[in-house]
Amino acid sequence: MAEDIQLEIVTPERYAVSESAQIVMAPGTLGEFGVLSGHTPFLTSLQIGKVHYKDSSGHEQVVFVSGGFAEALPDRVTILAESAERQEDIDYSRAKAAYERAQERLASQKEDIDYARARGAMQRALGRMEVSQGGGTH
Amino acid sequence: MASLQEVKSKINGVKKTKQITRAMNMVAASKLRGAQSAMEAFRPYAEKFAEVLGNIAGKAGDDVSPLLVEREEVNNVHAVLLTSDRGLCGGFNTNLIEKAEAFKEEQVSAGKNISFTNFGKKGRDWCRREKLTIVDEYIGVVGAKFGFNTASTSAQKLIDGFLNGDYDEVHIVYAQFLGMANQPPTVRQLLPIPVIGETGESESAADEEEQAYMAEHICEPSPDELLNTMLPRNIYIQLYNALLETSTSEHASRMRAMDNATKACDDMIDSLTLAYNKARQAEITMELMDIVGGAEALRG
Repeated sequence: MAEDIQLEIVTPERYAVSESAQIVMAPGTLGEFGVLSGHTPFLTSLQIGKVHYKDSSGHEQVVFVSGGFAEALPDRVTILAESAERQEDIDYSRAKAAYERAQERLASQKEDIDYARARGAMQRALGRMEVSQGGGTH
Repeated sequence: MASLQEVKSKINGVKKTKQITRAMNMVAASKLRGAQSAMEAFRPYAEKFAEVLGNIAGKAGDDVSPLLVEREEVNNVHAVLLTSDRGLCGGFNTNLIEKAEAFKEEQVSAGKNISFTNFGKKGRDWCRREKLTIVDEYIGVVGAKFGFNTASTSAQKLIDGFLNGDYDEVHIVYAQFLGMANQPPTVRQLLPIPVIGETGESESAADEEEQAYMAEHICEPSPDELLNTMLPRNIYIQLYNALLETSTSEHASRMRAMDNATKACDDMIDSLTLAYNKARQAEITMELMDIVGGAEALRG
């Protein structure tokens, strides 16, 4: 069995995750990628989405990240995200409310709304909802 | 004797003031701890970001982003002024505003237009008094709890303004937190982004060996594109950091100011008590003399 790698998910407000993992899957802008120990140094930007990893005891964990960057080194993966939330920290009803709000705003077709922002908000809300609802499978 | 009463009530008044200043001191101390821990929580992110950014910047070509390009003609300068919402924190706001004023004078005498974004009531009030252009104002951020998104939303506005050509340069005036007794007001250029590598103090954290090692990174998408997504975030980070430092400095200043005030109250109470005792003694002596004089008169 391959050695574990150190996974660190850092946000401006706190260390969201800092533990060892067997494998880490992250949503890169050019497609999802997986990292095992011994990975070539690699740097990419991330989409809004889910980071999956297997912790050292083999349990699958999911963390929602709202974009950012990931750096993979042979022995560790560092993810810099503007926000990161574990499954159990997500408030589903709040995410759902945010999703509906964003949808409404996009549907309202008014000229003065910021489409990019509304779409970003919708994507984040969707990601949170997915992770919250047992996003372990994919 | 009326003055005895007066001194007594004066002493009581000063004691009440002392209670308040001491309470404010303790409140500031506890807020300071909160602000400092927010700063500490941010450090790992900022350091890692600076490290990655430094690497990418080395690999990407020059002038990949308009955020890096110096404008040939600078007409419109924008300043972000960070002050506190509340007073009673010593010279904190005065120092920041003095710095901002000096900066303004410098720009105006060079024939440039200046506009402001204000974080904090004190700075905004100053801008209003001086009839300066205020583009945006944010109250209730500095010194309170705020998230990264507060910084990123307002920083994005600055970036948009810069890209639109509304501003040719953006500077920030904030209180650097260098320790409990040292929070110098500082002006720093945000946009265009000064040469990367000098942006953060934390750069030295990545030693040279690591730099060489990091140089072999595979990048996805290309370094140029990555840099383009990182640069705006760099501005968010700088603003967030400035907000954190200013908040921490505010609490530290207030703590010190209130500590001094409490000490001043103690001194005043001491000297007033002395005056009170003297007055009381004088009154007793007078009464005694009256009694003695009366007794003498009866006997005589």
